[in-house]
Amino acid sequence: MTGIDDLRDKPDDPLAAEVEAAPDLTAAAVDVVPPALVAQSMSQYMRAWTVRVRGGDAGVLPVVLALVGVSLVLQIVSPRGLFLSPGNLVNLFIQSSVFIVLAMSEGFVLLLGDIDLSVGYVAAIGGIIAGEFVQPGLNWPWWIAIIIGLAVTCVIGLIYGLIITRLRLPAFVVTLAGFLFYFGVMIILLGAGGSVPISSTILVNQEFLYGIVNTNIPPTFGWIGLAVIVVILGATIWLRDAGRRRSGLVAPPVGLTVAKIAFLAGAGVVVVAICNVNRGTFLPIAGVPWVLPIVLAVLGAWTILLERTQFGRHMYAVGGNAEAARRAGISVNNVRTIAFVLCSLTAGIGGVIYLSWQGGISTNINGGQLVLYAVAAAVIGGTSLFGGRGRAIHGLLGGLVIGAIYNGLYLLGLAIQWQLIATGLVLLAAVAVDSLYRRGSAGA
Amino acid sequence: MTVSASASEPASLAATSDPLLKLRGISKHFGAVQALYQVDLDLPAGQVTALCGDNGAGKSCLTKTIAGIYQPDEGEIFWEGRQVHVRSPKDAAGLGIETVYQDLALADNLDIVQNMFLGRERKTRVFLDEDDMEKAAAETLAGLRVTTVRSIRQPVATLSGGQRQAVAVAKAVMWNSKLVLLDEPTAALGVAQTAMVLELIRRLKDHGLAVMVISHNLNDVFEVADRIAVLRLGRMVAQDDISAFDRETVVDFMTSGESSRGQAPAPGAQKAVER
Repeated sequence: MTGIDDLRDKPDDPLAAEVEAAPDLTAAAVDVVPPALVAQSMSQYMRAWTVRVRGGDAGVLPVVLALVGVSLVLQIVSPRGLFLSPGNLVNLFIQSSVFIVLAMSEGFVLLLGDIDLSVGYVAAIGGIIAGEFVQPGLNWPWWIAIIIGLAVTCVIGLIYGLIITRLRLPAFVVTLAGFLFYFGVMIILLGAGGSVPISSTILVNQEFLYGIVNTNIPPTFGWIGLAVIVVILGATIWLRDAGRRRSGLVAPPVGLTVAKIAFLAGAGVVVVAICNVNRGTFLPIAGVPWVLPIVLAVLGAWTILLERTQFGRHMYAVGGNAEAARRAGISVNNVRTIAFVLCSLTAGIGGVIYLSWQGGISTNINGGQLVLYAVAAAVIGGTSLFGGRGRAIHGLLGGLVIGAIYNGLYLLGLAIQWQLIATGLVLLAAVAVDSLYRRGSAGA
Repeated sequence: MTVSASASEPASLAATSDPLLKLRGISKHFGAVQALYQVDLDLPAGQVTALCGDNGAGKSCLTKTIAGIYQPDEGEIFWEGRQVHVRSPKDAAGLGIETVYQDLALADNLDIVQNMFLGRERKTRVFLDEDDMEKAAAETLAGLRVTTVRSIRQPVATLSGGQRQAVAVAKAVMWNSKLVLLDEPTAALGVAQTAMVLELIRRLKDHGLAVMVISHNLNDVFEVADRIAVLRLGRMVAQDDISAFDRETVVDFMTSGESSRGQAPAPGAQKAVER
């Protein structure tokens, strides 16, 4: 609080401003601003960053700390230190992947201050339809099955968007209706058997869908893939920062750019190394599960869309101040409609991952719990429930926190009720942090 | 009595050819309510015109007519001497007319650059060209000598009221605009911030822009305006160089539509009036 108030009061004295009249807009600069934009050296950067964190804008720091804290506690209490063993970490990521993708899905509508209560069952519909097309009778190519499943979820999102914007109904109620509607549709689709299994070992397309989560990239290819990703991302980061330094804009110092790339490479090496440890008990099992690059691809695509394109900018504008966006010539209705399409599309991806993970979808799928976890993961990750703030990476981090709780309490032999209680408490903490942040920064 | 008429314009105005924007005989009614009646208004380039009037005098209606939100029922609009029809805010923007409304229309969660380019983002093929936008925004702000912000990448939520007004004004002048309409720019501000915004308005004038300021605050009007136009019940009751008014006459015109206090006050008397 205090840091922000100081900032507000000081620079308002026009006389002082006239005296200084520094043509350099960023001369006097260590405060609540993106630290990378004001600091010329590493030490300045670190100092600026500390000030910013104290000022209440900590970015993803709280959720990263939460993740580390939860992991340490679970490591200490888990039997034989099983929690941080390579096998369990891979398992944890796989369990988290559905939460992560559904949280990214929910993030699109939360960013606009809306909510979609139906992502759980929309995900189920997407997964079931993809699964239906690889059943013995049809046996269509697996990728066509996925495309059809995702196309159906896109249409579901489009219908939501049109109803909500054209009839001006609240998203909460429309998607609550959708929750019930698609729950019913799901039961009809699953039919008498009550499930759509894809665990056949004879049908190639079923095997392929099953393999998304349940097979691994051969260790050597894992390293090659990592090298390619690090080179591409590293070059992108380097060129961008170097470009800013050249053009005289305030740019992060060279050391920071190098540190960012080194961190990226280091994290990648750790992840691949963990995945490449043999985690099998009888037969050797090693390698990065295919679902990991898939989740990272979704993360990358939605990050670029939100933060590097005009449409993404307009989403943030609509979420922050819809009236300002409207006056700036942005079609608020179109932005909202597309946000619901993206939400349902991403939910469909989550559904396909769920289908693969479980080897099928049955009426046991708990769409209500999935949507609650999706919203909780997004908010724990740092997305605001009130619109205007949210990133795709919030879904990843929040999903991992929920996955860690889910996994860790299971290792402890605690039943579902304790997972629910722990998740509830973490969610409450996250919403409290979000609310405090808003009171701290948006009081102007 | 200083009712508007081109004959009574001071020499400085007569020397320049046509004013940038000229309204003649503008009338507008909503149902039975006559909001504007035969209004004439001149907004010359390089000058600040203050539009004064009591609540319901038609200030907002006149502003929205210039901004293209309302269409006049009668009357003509001349832009740089040519008759024009301003049918939409887009038309107004096309001519170079930008309006800064009282609520500023800024998105708190976006930073200064993002707000200034909102809806008109620059792109390199598919992606946003952040560096280019940042440079242009920095140039505009530096040109207006808005130097109190710490970083143009700071979210608007962290700015003071005066800084937010400055960003809104900078956003308006960014697009080669020639006329800026400011709706109560100082209404929500403290003394120091008001001074900062008034200074900013003077700089717009120095850049050769025409500025129209709607204000209730006669202190501000006398501090910054070159000309005053007074609306009362939809009619333009007075419009002249600021030297033809003092605070009492403006209040007279606003409340009764006329002033019996006679001639413009002597030079120096106006100074005494301030504050």
